[in-house]
Parts: sequence; structure tokens; C-alpha cells
Amino acid sequence: MIGIIDYGLGNVEAFRVAYKRLGKASKRVKTAEDLADVTHIILPGVGAFDSAMDRFNASGLWPAVKDAVENRDVPLLGVCVGMQMLADRSDEGQLPGLGLVPGNIRLFSEGQHGRMLRCPHMGWNEVDATKETTLLAGLDQDRKFYFLHSYYFEPSDPDAELAQTLYGAPFSCAVGKGAVYGVQFHPEKSHEAGLTLLNNFSEL
Amino acid sequence: MSYPRIIPCLLLGDDGLVKTEGFSKGRYIGDPMNTVRIFNEKKVDELVLLDINATRNGTEPNFKLIEKIATECRMPLSYGGGIKTYAAAERIISMGVEKVALSSAAIETPELVQEISSSLGRQSTVVVLDYKKNWQGRRVAYTHGGTRKVSGSVLDHVDNAVAHGAGEVVLYSIANDGAMKGYDLAFAEEISARVTTPLTFVGGAGSLDDVRALIDRCGNVGAGVGSMFVYKSALKGVLINYPNPDEKERVLAEYARKYLSGTRS
Repeated sequence: MIGIIDYGLGNVEAFRVAYKRLGKASKRVKTAEDLADVTHIILPGVGAFDSAMDRFNASGLWPAVKDAVENRDVPLLGVCVGMQMLADRSDEGQLPGLGLVPGNIRLFSEGQHGRMLRCPHMGWNEVDATKETTLLAGLDQDRKFYFLHSYYFEPSDPDAELAQTLYGAPFSCAVGKGAVYGVQFHPEKSHEAGLTLLNNFSEL
Repeated sequence: MSYPRIIPCLLLGDDGLVKTEGFSKGRYIGDPMNTVRIFNEKKVDELVLLDINATRNGTEPNFKLIEKIATECRMPLSYGGGIKTYAAAERIISMGVEKVALSSAAIETPELVQEISSSLGRQSTVVVLDYKKNWQGRRVAYTHGGTRKVSGSVLDHVDNAVAHGAGEVVLYSIANDGAMKGYDLAFAEEISARVTTPLTFVGGAGSLDDVRALIDRCGNVGAGVGSMFVYKSALKGVLINYPNPDEKERVLAEYARKYLSGTRS
């Protein structure tokens, strides 16, 4: 049972529709009790870092999610801002992140990333795996995903990087530590490549 | 590097999707859910959905329909029309719409753009500017479905939108709407050279060559397409369509040559 965390921000239904297409059961997780039979957790997120953290903190789900991830080895996938929430902190906000994948969230800047780089990074771009991982299996041909973000994940440990995307300069578009994964792009809105990734995640 | 986006731009009228010409009342095209399902199959880059009556009629967005469409969409969705409050924008984003677009409200209450941008994120905040040339040939902005002229040049309004936190600006040529005779290229080129925020141009696409011309001249921008993706030909029988991967590759050939090769060092 795939549990999609519903703390008021993020496209819960789009993930459920994707898993329905894949023939896999999923549910909306609003309370700690909802997590009991969940084997995989998806943490979606849209919007600004602090408003996402605020809402997630207010949901009261953190102790149960932390327990599932740390004590029961339940795989977790953070998506977009949900990925950024896995870090320690973000340049976009004041609130601390969840610290599940050590790192900082940085702003794309023109100086760093070449001239005339449009920001936010918006549109389809290629995801190049930098590590062998089940999450990104079968994506050699069709590896374009939809991105929509102004900030990106800078892992403290380079070993946590699973894939890179080039936008002016390369950045870490997928990270992982233990059973915790994060992707900056939107697999739930990335057609077949997205389905492949979501299927891979459900098989971890 | 990122790819230019080729975006069906759907207009929501009172009873379904419509297609306008020069912001006219609009001809019925079909049911929005069906159309979205067809665009899913065609793997479109993203979708823009604009309710062209909400602001004019003073009604709220059709939240129920927006939620149904957002759930159905396998690609990112921008919604615009009738968003006048932060609460409405937040509600739409929480339904799984990736971006909310403000038009009249962005000009009348720019602080609303700022509020949405700072809470929901710049990447989810879009400003749509409808414009046409005045008698002096200057491009001026209009609100309320092209019925109210506002002072200041379109360029000033673009700068203002970006200054208030817009993460994308959509420039919609009223004169080219439904004309299928090509984009307002000179203007698109001028504006894309001076603004580093993502831009999408709507109005005028009549062939894939038009889309290609826009991308060749402006680089990484969004090409919004109305008539061409809902009509079979210039005779205007309704047929939902979108370039296949080969056609798309041809449209993006020059862009790929300029920006994609040799960037990986």
C-alpha cells in the first residue's frame, strides 16, 4: 500500500491516478493511523519552503513518518518541494527541514548557472543517473521529466546524489540516503517516464 | 538543457471549451475532460486552461471542474480566470494545479501576485497579459477579456509582474488570437531578450513552422497554441491534435543545434 502524505499542499490525487494506472493500491495519508499499513511513502509538495514545512509540521504526521522511515525501513520519496523538505535547511525559508538527507536548498543564480538562464527552471529536461539505483532503472531512452522550481538540492554528502540535470550547470535532481529518496522533478506529471519511476519506487 | 514548451492553450466558456478569434465570444470545441484525455495520450508538454468568462461575469473559478481536470492531467497544468483572492489561488494549487495565472487581478492588485508568489512559490505564479497595438502602434495591455484598456505599455506591465514575483509571464496577442497567421515575432523577440523570467507567447500559431519560427528567434520560451491544436485545418473542423515526437524534433531542430549540443562538457 502506497501512502501519499496529504498535508494540504501537493498533488495527492495525481499520484493516486498514476498508481491506479500501474494497478497498485494507494491511499491518502492524513493521520498517523493511516500510515499503519503503508509500505511506501510519498511526500509531495508545492509552493514555498516555509509554507510547506509549516503545513507539514501542523499535520502532526512527522513522528509517525520518522518512525516508519527510521525504524521500519519504509521507503520514502519526496517530490519537488517534498524533496527539498528532506534537506537540513533552505535558502528560501527560515524553518528547518526534516534532515533526512543532509543538504542545503540553494537558489539558481544567473552568475552560477550561465547567462540568460531563465529562472524558475520550467519545462522538460533530461535526468542523467550518476549512480546505479532501482529508482531510475529503465530510464535510459525516455529520461525527460518536467521541472518547475527556483531552488535546487545541494547534498552535503556527494554520495547522496543519484542523478544530475543540466541547467546552465549540472545540479542534483535526484538524491537518496538509505530508504529515503528525493526527486526535484514531477514524476506524477511526466507521462511514461514518470510512471516508470513511480513503479520503480513501489518495487523498492 | 531545458526544452522550449509547446503548450495547448484551452479556453473555458460557459458550457465547455471554446475557441475565440480576436477574443470573440467563442465557438464550442468540446468537453474539457475528453480534450484533456486526448492531450494525455498525445503526451503534451503542459496545458494552459483559461476561463474566459469568470472575470467578465464576476464569478469565482469553477473549482469542481478544475479539480477534475487537475486529477486527469498527466502533464503540468496552469489555470487562470477569476482568481481574485489568495484563498482562491491556494485552493487551486492544493487541488494539484501546478500554476495559477492572474490577468486582470495582476494589473488591478499587483500585491496579490506578491502574496501568491511568496506563499505558493514563484514557480507557481503566472501573470497573463492580453495586449494589442493602439493607433500609434504601441502595444498596450487589456483586462476583462480584452474589453478594458489599461494605461502603460505591455513592457512596463511585464516588468511589474516580474518585480511582484511572477515566475512566468504569458503574453497573449488579442489581434492574433485565432488568426493562425504566425506569432507577434518582433515583439516576442524583443521581450525575450530583455526578460529572464520564463515567457509564453499565445496568439497566431497556424502551423508548426510558426512555432518553430518563435523558438528559433526567442530560444527557450513557451509556445502557446490554440486554434491549431483544436482544428483539423484552416477549414476549422474540430480535431484535437498535437505534434508527434518526430514533428516535435523538427520544430526544435535549430534550438537543439544552438543550445543542446556541446553544452555537456
